[in-house]
Amino acid sequence: MAGRIPLVLLACGSFNPITHQHMRLFELARDHMHQTGLYRVVGGIVSPVGDDYGKQGLVASKHRLAMARLALQSSDWVSVDDWESQQEDWTETVVTMRYHNDRIAAQYHSSKDPPTVSDVPQLKLLCGADFMDTFKVPDLWRDDHVEEVVGRFGLVCVSRGSLQPDRAIHESDLLSRHRQRIFLVREWVHNEISATEVRRALRRGQSVKYLLPDSVIDYIREHNLYTQDSEIKNKDVKLRPLTKQTIQD
Amino acid sequence: MSMATSNWQLFGYQHSLQYRFLFNRRKKFIQVWNNMRMRRYRVVKGIISPVGDGYKKKGLIEACHRLEMARLATLNSDWITVDDWESQQLEWVETAKVVRHHAEHISSENNNDEVDTVRCGKRRKLGQNTIICQSSSYINPKEDTPHLNLLCGADVLESFGVPNLWKPEDIEEIVGRYGVACITRYGSDPEKFINQSDVLYKHRKNIHMVREWVTNEISATHVRRALRRGQSVRYLLPDPVVRYIQEHSLYSAESEQKNADAVLAPLQRYTSTN
Repeated sequence: MAGRIPLVLLACGSFNPITHQHMRLFELARDHMHQTGLYRVVGGIVSPVGDDYGKQGLVASKHRLAMARLALQSSDWVSVDDWESQQEDWTETVVTMRYHNDRIAAQYHSSKDPPTVSDVPQLKLLCGADFMDTFKVPDLWRDDHVEEVVGRFGLVCVSRGSLQPDRAIHESDLLSRHRQRIFLVREWVHNEISATEVRRALRRGQSVKYLLPDSVIDYIREHNLYTQDSEIKNKDVKLRPLTKQTIQD
Repeated sequence: MSMATSNWQLFGYQHSLQYRFLFNRRKKFIQVWNNMRMRRYRVVKGIISPVGDGYKKKGLIEACHRLEMARLATLNSDWITVDDWESQQLEWVETAKVVRHHAEHISSENNNDEVDTVRCGKRRKLGQNTIICQSSSYINPKEDTPHLNLLCGADVLESFGVPNLWKPEDIEEIVGRYGVACITRYGSDPEKFINQSDVLYKHRKNIHMVREWVTNEISATHVRRALRRGQSVRYLLPDPVVRYIQEHSLYSAESEQKNADAVLAPLQRYTSTN
């Protein structure tokens, strides 16, 4: 894989809880980026969102982090990062991306002598097709942030089921402009297992075995996460991005 | 929690068309378990029975590998086991015979269980020193013999209509004498198919439909295709199975051509006897 651009994939999200589907995203994305002939994937990062995000049913980040770590214990290239969840307030995706990008670059420069600019790993955002649709939600994203996430860094978007990310790109001038920075990965297996479904099954006392790693299921049981009560948490709370007025940059 | 009025054993027929990979199959077991539990049945056991090599399905690799992968996949299950009787027979065995074999086995086991049957598991060695734990927590050792149901997807039920694939008397036996637990996909209409078949309609009370509301179509075909193309199948199958496949270099373009010119065993058998 000589001459290829080293690449790190960053997945932001609730991971409430992490499932095999999440981990599949990384596997699919890596295969796809390798097959372009241009990239060499050198790392993957799972970055669970902070509690202040205010999403309904979101359990404490310490649990979500612990479960993600259990799930990724056996992975030799994907790891969990708690920087985002440790920030005082909800942190915009672009801010998280900048942090990791700078961190990776600094690590690289400190280990190479002399450093070659072209060898510094790039960072791209890994996401599912549903994520593309969130750009349309009013006030959820700042335009300049979307510009930076897509235009400066780039997206690797894994499609799922009937969701068509092509359409989301087509319907957005901004996304269309940066079409070349968006890598669409087709998940041919029709698989709609989601964290939402997992939480639903757990609430109803149904088995979720084989949807998540056993270690995560054990953790959920031990800590009695995901009940009727946990699901109504943040019910009347507005999603933090909709209320936060960021003047930074 | 209310106790079951009867004990059920779920029997999963390892139809080579789809069930060579266990991951998806195991999920189906769990779905049926959830569903049957709600209907006051207690599922006490699940059996995975890989088909023999004599089935001659295209791309079917040796039974010894398929058995071992199934065992690796079910290591962490306390109620699903793998059985090699079917695959050890010299020729392909009809499903009805396999179901019959297991039903008779359960029956004789139940009759012999006077001292052993208690709450904890019962250990039994099987074949290559693989210890399989059979959790039969009967309350009363002399209770009814567990019922046996064939576990399958809707496609198997619908395959009853394919000419020369099934013997009519076999279908009658499976559905009439034993019963079927059938997982259906969101969007399909199994009741319609039952309605259109006289034999299925007659025994509709023995057909337990389990709706899969959340689509999950990881198929063995897809997994084999990904493997041929050097793509990752991690998190589609259990890690030990992925490792086994890598260690033995299973599933290549070559393996997929196996039996390419052969006729599927049931088609051969029933066509020639007509």
